[in-house]
This record gives sequence, structure tokens and C-alpha cells, in this order.
Amino acid sequence: MDISLTPRLQLHGITKRFPGVLANDNVGFSVLPGEIHALLGENGAGKSTLVKMIYGIMQPDAGEIRWNGQPVVIHNPKAARKLGIGMVFQHFSLFEAMTVLENIALGMDAKIPARELEARIRQVMDQYGLHLDPHRTVSTLSVGERQRIEIVRALLLKPTLLIMDEPTSVLTPQEVEQLFVVLRQLAREGCSILYISHKLHEIKALCETATILRGGRLVDTCDPRVETSRSMAEKMIGGGLKDIKKPAGRTLGAERLVVNRLSLPGAGPFGIPLHDVTFTVRAGEIFGIAGVAGNGQNALLLALSGEELSRHPEAISIDGAPVGGLPAKQRRLKGLASVPEERNGHAAVPEFTLADNTVLTARDRLGMVSAGMIKSSSARTYAGEVITAFAVKALGPGSTAGSLSGGNLQKYIMGREILQKPSVLVVSQPTWGVDAGAAAAIHQAIIDLAAAGSAVVVISQDLDELLSLCDTLAVINGGRLSKPMQVEGADIEEIGLLMGGIHGEGAVHAV
Amino acid sequence: MSSDIVIAILMTMAGAATPILLAALGELVVEKSGVLNLGVEGMMLVGAVITVAVTLTTGNHLLAVACAAAAAALAALIFGVLTLTLSANQVATGLALTILGTGFSALFGRPYTGKSVPTVGSPFPAELATDPVWRLLFGHSVFVYLALIMVVAVWWFLQRTRSGLILRAVGENDLSAHSMGYSVIGVRYAAVAFGGAMAGIAGACFPLALTPQWVERLTTGKGWIALALVVFAAWRPFRLAAGAYFFGLMMIFEVYAKSSSSFRVLPSEFWAALPYLATVVVLVLISLRREGSSSAPACLGKPFIAAG
Repeated sequence: MDISLTPRLQLHGITKRFPGVLANDNVGFSVLPGEIHALLGENGAGKSTLVKMIYGIMQPDAGEIRWNGQPVVIHNPKAARKLGIGMVFQHFSLFEAMTVLENIALGMDAKIPARELEARIRQVMDQYGLHLDPHRTVSTLSVGERQRIEIVRALLLKPTLLIMDEPTSVLTPQEVEQLFVVLRQLAREGCSILYISHKLHEIKALCETATILRGGRLVDTCDPRVETSRSMAEKMIGGGLKDIKKPAGRTLGAERLVVNRLSLPGAGPFGIPLHDVTFTVRAGEIFGIAGVAGNGQNALLLALSGEELSRHPEAISIDGAPVGGLPAKQRRLKGLASVPEERNGHAAVPEFTLADNTVLTARDRLGMVSAGMIKSSSARTYAGEVITAFAVKALGPGSTAGSLSGGNLQKYIMGREILQKPSVLVVSQPTWGVDAGAAAAIHQAIIDLAAAGSAVVVISQDLDELLSLCDTLAVINGGRLSKPMQVEGADIEEIGLLMGGIHGEGAVHAV
Repeated sequence: MSSDIVIAILMTMAGAATPILLAALGELVVEKSGVLNLGVEGMMLVGAVITVAVTLTTGNHLLAVACAAAAAALAALIFGVLTLTLSANQVATGLALTILGTGFSALFGRPYTGKSVPTVGSPFPAELATDPVWRLLFGHSVFVYLALIMVVAVWWFLQRTRSGLILRAVGENDLSAHSMGYSVIGVRYAAVAFGGAMAGIAGACFPLALTPQWVERLTTGKGWIALALVVFAAWRPFRLAAGAYFFGLMMIFEVYAKSSSSFRVLPSEFWAALPYLATVVVLVLISLRREGSSSAPACLGKPFIAAG
């Protein structure tokens, strides 16, 4: 790369303060034309705040942004787009009830007649191999397709800097590859790319430079192609990585959770029906369910937890007893505990104290209610135990659930269920939006629970998490579960194809 | 049934449907932007009383309707300041607006009670409406035509214009619209003011086309019917028009029950209640048939607070 090139984007001393936190502290780096530049850091490291300032959503408290060498003030996203900055958000800003075309039209600053816009959309789609029907309603599209809308929308403006915020967190491995092809093509054409992620192998595969943030400060700028994943991870979390300890030579015990041809109609207009889901989890086993979001994970969790009942009691059994027709309360008494994906509002009531939240799931197993009256002292004691055992950062059992950070609340919820010593634990997205330290603690707790003889089901979209945690793995797609496979020696490509909806070994070999 | 009766029924239907349709169209736009304004009835009463006052003072109908629209829009903007700028609860504020409008109109209208108001007729030359069948086309009050034009205009605005697209986007996902650089609060203010103006014009229909005098609570709850119609019509302007006209048709029973002996089998209260009952039943049936997604704007009634 030519040294004399003026950087497309330069940041100097960018500082942003929120009440109680310094989100960015004197951050500075530059992005060259045509460079794919990684912005790396844990949740809460200040990556999102930084790019929001580049895209004009927020203003820095101090510091300077230079665009092609000229100092600029980016007042709002419109100004950013005018400069040539495009952004694809982690959480898509899409309008569910509208068509692809309408969604893209909303993202355009210039007024373009619908027909002309459609022609330009089709041209961009052809150029980059992004295929989509402009007249489909967004609510009918998969997550990968929705991301394509965002990318097309950004590309229509012919950006010279494209910011991608955690773009692969919801994609299958194959979709990730397709995305990388598009990004490399863009970079070859001279567009700079600022790629935000915490997935190190992706950054190694894609990026030329990586800027690492920790706690709002820039800790290093390095070349990810020569670094190892481990060395970058250590810079990211600031210290040695703690390995998860799996006890060696475990033997699995008797079958504890048996799911036999579980079928359920989808709940609600967009619910995914389950078809003949069959799997067995033995004592001491951690069973992973992989899949792209929206393929029936929610329905499966609800079916296992007892929020949705099956018409066939034998469809689900715990320790040999059929529970398919029993509601959640009865299943809890039989030894099942569950942690849904949504922390606030489903797993916990944000306005309630931690002690009251404990009563909601532990009242029967731990006898917290007698004659209709809550024994608040035992609830407080148990909440205190959970806080201590799981190192939850909270003022005490009287703190409201909503006052805890995501990671701490997740640790609390996991602790609340695990300390009840369930014989079967079902958990969805155990480390979604949780920092690496808390994630490691949660993973260790799951492993310890299994080692103590419980059967654990982990539903997650994070394939890396499942591969490091589980003994057995199956993939859910369109409400159907693949055949379980041993994680040791599992073929990532096959898992990816299953996630993309190709079933059976024959089909895999045919591709 | 003679053709005269059929024509009379159809004429009455159009007249009765029109204020509901006008108010409901305004509320439809408001709700599409994500705001729930339950103050329609109050704004209609403000419009009605202002119309009576201005008509009796100046004799100028056009000025009266313009003042009614402006006054009701002003009332709507009070609601806007409270709910949009100060993020007050929309349901409570809307109800308060209805109470305010009812009280204001009763107080302000006292000097005009019982005085007869000159009505407005058809915008077409009278000769066109002499034949009974032609009368069906050209003999309605100007409000009937205005309402029908507004049905098409609102549909066209929402579905075919960029501003309409932005308005729907604001009601569908306010945070996204904001992050794209659209002014959520600005769009909602405009929608709320438009809804108020439409309710004001709807209120003007009563003294100028239906009951040519001022009495307290002149609009007799039609604002609530308009609110319900918006929901049952699934936020679609043409379905809204059909619902309003159906309601208008049912209103005829109420009129005839008072004059005709054949309706005496049931008490007159039943016939008075029938339009409400029948409209609800029919519209529920319509919305049942359409399976799947609820078409309510996703941000309806939620206050918008910009982050960062």
C-alpha cells in the first residue's frame, strides 16, 4: 500500500463520557483507502460508541475526526452519508411490515422515483451477488437476507467507508463466507471497511489491520494476519485467558431427558412449528442445539420448559416419567429448570428485586411459600447465596433485576436455576451479550452442573460456544432437528450446511 | 320499496357516515405515525361549537369550517405537547382532551344554544339534483364529497408518497427512523395536527349538514365510533370508508324507528344501539377472515425518547 496515501478516516483523541462511564478515552487511529480495518474489543469496550460518533449518531466530547485529511464535524447520519460513510448495524434498523424496496427508499436521502430506485437496487445486487426480491415484506425474510437489505442500502450510496457492526453474529458459516467475498470486492474497488467484531478467526481471515479497544482505551494496533487468536484475545481482555476446565474421562450416565417425536404448531403468526424433534440427553451430558435465529429455537425452549404443552405426554420425559402434558410448575417439581433467551421480561421481572425474582422459579422446589404466604427471609437468603456463589455484582438481594448489567443478571439467573440442582437444565443463549469474564463463569457453571450428574441442553446461535462447551450437538433448521453428532471430530462444514437447511448426509455429500 | 325510499336511505347513509369517516381518516394518519389520540370526540366538539359560533357571527361557512379545523388542530397540539414533547401517557392525555373538549364546547356554546344554523348544501348547481337519481350523485352536502376525496388522498399519501412512507416508518419503528435521521417527533406533531384538523371538520358537519343548531354533546359519541373503526378497518382507508358507510346505513333504523310503527316490536333503544352493534360485529368478522399479522403500527401508543 502506498505510504503517501492520505488516510480516508483519521481519529485523534476522541473522548466520550456518559454519566458514570468514560466510554471512549483519547482514542485515535486511521483507516486507509481500500483497507479492511478491524475494531476489536469485548462488549462494553467502547466500539459501538466510537462508530456511532463516526456515523454522526453521537458527538464526541473531545477530539477530532479527519476525513480525507480535512477536519470535519459530523452532525448527524445524513451528514455522514453525504461524506460517503455507510453503516450496517448489528441490530438492523428495518421496518418489518414494509417491503425491501420501501425499506431501502427510507434509507436514501435523495428522492428517487420508486422505479429508478428498483433498477439501481437490482444493479447493485447483480454487481455484488446479493440476491433479494425487492417486493418481499421484511417480516418474511431470514436474518441473513435482512442483513443483505442493509448492505444493499449502504452500497447504493456508493460509500468510500463502510462500517460493519458485528455483521456475522447471526449468519451461518456459509453466509459469512459470502459476506467476506462482497467485502473483499468492495475493498479492491477502493472502499475502506471498518469491521467491528469480537470473533478473532474472522478478523484474521479478513482484515489487514486491527485496532483493539479495552475499557474505552486503545490498547494496541496490530496486524491480525501475524498475530495469533490467543494473543489478540489477551490484548482484548487484558490478561491471560482462563481456559474452561472440562473434567477428563467423564462417563455419561442414564438417560435423563428424552424427547421423542415432539411436534408442535407454531405459536402466533410468525411462530415456527416443530416437526418430530427427537433427542436424548444422559446424565452428565451437555447437549448443544445450533442453528440460525428464528428456526424454532424459541418454540423448542417453550416446549421443553412447559410454557407450550404437547398433546402427547410421552413426547418429553424426564427420568422416565412422561411430562409432555405437564405445565411448567409441575415440570419444575420433576427436576427441570430452564433459562430462556430474554433476560429482562422472560427470565426475570426487571422491576422486581432479586429476592422476588427468586421466588418466581424456586418457590416450589425450595419451599419458599407456605399457606400462600411468601417466606421472604428464605428468598433473601437464597438470593444472597446465588449472589455469592456466582460473583454477581449487585448491592444485595434487594436490588432490582433491571439495575444489574446484562452479564450480571445472566449470571444471577443461571445461578438461581443451577443452585436448585435441577436434574435437567435447558438454557437458551446463555452468554448472549455477556462479557468474556461472565461468559467463562457461566460456561464453567454449566460444566460443573453436568459433572454433578445433570443433563444440560444448551440452545445457542454461537457455534464456537457450543463446540467448546458441548459433548453432543444437533442443528435445528425450520423446526426440524438434525441427527445428533459427537462434538469431537464434528465437521464444521457439515454443521454449516445443516444450519443453512440441507438435511441428511446424502445431501451434504451431493453439494 | 319505492325508489324514492331507497334514495332517501342512501342519502341519509352518506350524511351519517361522513363525520365519522372524516374523523377516522384523521385518526388513521395519527395512528399510522405511532400516536394514539383518544381525544377525537373532544376535538370534534370543539370543531362543532366553533363552527356554530363563526357561522352565526359572520355567516361565512368556509371561514367557519377553517376556524373549526384550526381550533381542533390547536387542541390536538396541546395533546402533542403533553405526549410528544413531555412524553405523557397518550391514553390518559387523550381521555383528558375529550373531557376538555366536552367542557369547553358546553361552556362556549351556551350563548348559541337552540339558535338555528344555516346549513351548507351541495357544491353542484341545484338543477343537477332535481331528478331523484341525479340527486344521489350531486345532491349531498359538500362534506360528503370532501370525505370521499380524503379517503383517496390519505391512501395515496400513505402508499404513494415519500412523506407517507416516512410517516409509516415512524409509526412502525421509531428508533430506526430516528437513527436514519428522520424527525420522529416532528412527523408525529404534523400527524397529530392533521388528525385534529380532520376531527374539527368532522365536528363542523354536525351543525352545517346534520342537526342545524348547537346543543351540548352534539356529536353524540361519534368520535368513539371513529376510533373503533380505525382499529377494525385495520388502518386501511378504503376499508374505513366501507365501515363508516355501513355504520351510516345502520343509523337509518334509528331514524325510522321513531316514525314507523313496524319498528315498535323492539324498544327504540335497541334500534339506536343497532348501528354500534352491527358495525362492531361486521368489522370483527372482516378482521377475523384476514389471518396472520396484525396490521397495527408497531409503535402505536409508545412514547418516543431519543437515545444519546
